[in-house]
Amino acid sequence: MTRTRPLTDLEILARMWLIRAFEEKVSELYAAGKVAGLIHLGIGQEGSAVGTCAALGRSDYVFGTHRSHAHAIAKGADLRRLMAEIAGRSTGYCKGKGGSMHISAPEVGFVTATGVVAGNIPLALGAALTSVTRNEDRVSVAFFGDGAGQSGPFHESLNMAALWKLPVVLVCENNGYVEFSPLSAHTVVERLADYASVYSIPAVTVDGGDVLAVRDAVTEAVDRARGGGGPSFVEVLTHRLRGHYEGDPARYRTLSEREEWKRKDPVARFARHLAESGVPPESLDDVEAAARTRVAVAAEQALADPPADPAGVTGDVYV
Amino acid sequence: MAARIRYIEAVRQGLQSSMRSDPSVIVLGEDVRYGGPFGATKGLADEFGKGRILDTPISEATVMGMATGAAATGLRPIVEIMFVDFATLAMDQLVNHAAKLGFMTGGLLRVPLTVRVQGGVSGRFGAHHSQSLEAWFLHTPGLKVVAPAFPGDAARLLEVAIADDNPVVYMEHRGLYWTKGEVTGNEPASGSVVRRRGDHVTIVSYSRMVHHALAAADTLAADGIGCEVIDLRWLAPLDLEPAVASLRRTGRAVVAHEAVTTGGVGAEVVARLQAARGIRTRAPIARVGAPFAPVGAAPELEDAFVPGSGDIVGAVRGLLGEAPPRTDGQKGGRT
Repeated sequence: MTRTRPLTDLEILARMWLIRAFEEKVSELYAAGKVAGLIHLGIGQEGSAVGTCAALGRSDYVFGTHRSHAHAIAKGADLRRLMAEIAGRSTGYCKGKGGSMHISAPEVGFVTATGVVAGNIPLALGAALTSVTRNEDRVSVAFFGDGAGQSGPFHESLNMAALWKLPVVLVCENNGYVEFSPLSAHTVVERLADYASVYSIPAVTVDGGDVLAVRDAVTEAVDRARGGGGPSFVEVLTHRLRGHYEGDPARYRTLSEREEWKRKDPVARFARHLAESGVPPESLDDVEAAARTRVAVAAEQALADPPADPAGVTGDVYV
Repeated sequence: MAARIRYIEAVRQGLQSSMRSDPSVIVLGEDVRYGGPFGATKGLADEFGKGRILDTPISEATVMGMATGAAATGLRPIVEIMFVDFATLAMDQLVNHAAKLGFMTGGLLRVPLTVRVQGGVSGRFGAHHSQSLEAWFLHTPGLKVVAPAFPGDAARLLEVAIADDNPVVYMEHRGLYWTKGEVTGNEPASGSVVRRRGDHVTIVSYSRMVHHALAAADTLAADGIGCEVIDLRWLAPLDLEPAVASLRRTGRAVVAHEAVTTGGVGAEVVARLQAARGIRTRAPIARVGAPFAPVGAAPELEDAFVPGSGDIVGAVRGLLGEAPPRTDGQKGGRT
């Protein structure tokens, strides 16, 4: 594997702003009726996506979830093709056949995402098996939410990853809500990292509002995987600022909770951190402005693209 | 003349030749190093090593998902599901992921995965080890389905399945494992084949039921009734050209399988035959299959459940007006 140069702090901030701007644009387009479907946004969870992918090389594998626009962008996916896919355009990554929940950008290592909770974890293990079989040092990452922790494939996969010492990093984005109900309604386990100890998998719980803490935790896990040390479990405590999907008013969340997490907003927090460490405020503003411009251009181009071709309705069923 | 070997040996031969020719082929399953309950993978770990013959825990869902992920990233995995009944545990990965990844990514990914399943009614194993679930797979866009009836096809079509860039469910019938036949390597890779020529009735079948169809044809030949027997071999994609050509001549057909009749492969075959150009049947096409019930474990219950050559003979005679027609040819007349 060719090692990728680590991202600078400003590049990390830029990725976070790209995601924030992209997700806000999707939300805006959805509200305007220009994007259809079932859209799950990760606004508020940028620290997890960017922190994790900052620890990876381009050829490492990432497997996402139904809420994975952020993961794909963090891994380097092309914004126009991604927006075109979400907007059902023929120029989308998957020609509009995947949509928001089934995005794929294999050229940057974002292999696929899934609409089935926990369904991607075994896939990530399979990619790790490919690395081992071919004697490559690619690491495989599976993102999943706290809701996945109570499913069969999650536990089967933890067992199997540990048993075969697979080079996989299991990144649990614990945002405290499983669809419309709190995690406490699904399990008595408060920290999903606790599940890992049963399978002798090294685990850590980090603050998802701190992108560098996420990056450092995942870097340690990636180094362990590349060194033959097998799987790791990184639980990222995070929060989605939007509902489960666009259109979900999220009445199950209290106002004080929302206010608290807005204060913990990982993007603003990292920008503050950089300002405090001496980065001039105008540079930080430039990063945000540049991200918003890139997203606006990508969205404009994507929406001007032709819609998915109905003639393709049965295409790609078989190779 | 080619050597006659057992069906189970032919399966092993197909695995072996594929693994020799392609280092990206790996096998995952429960006890596959040991050889599994029937010995299909016996000895492969000695030749190919533990890195390519992988013993898994009893975790069908994750094993199927891993194989799918490995296939999408460059390997050519073969998953062994010990009994097709346990495929239920892996259906999310098979149906939602393996079958759809190629489509959902607009062709960015491909999943060259082979799923070996073993099933059918044999040995008084009861309702969790005796099913014929091919209709579920056939119903899933993106999957190919193959069900060989003879050792020659068992070896050849397994090689074809493994070389295919799509996910293929390769269905073995436990009751055929010890039957012998020639393996020439020249068996056709695709499509259905005519196993016996006849002018009066067309019998369309696959897997072990082909043997029952041939036995029924023998019985009926003694009475001067000529049956043409078609072995479908591949259920997806389904090749009905030989069956249609035959039915054009005979005007009468029986579609026979061991699976439950309701919603079975036979329903699809009958519908397509009826709709084919130039078909004018002299009697409604009959179906032979199992009754709408799980199979009972007791010998008497299993025997009463599983359709055989007698049921096909009865259906053919019914078509010829030699006996009162049964309800849709279904065993025991139950629906």
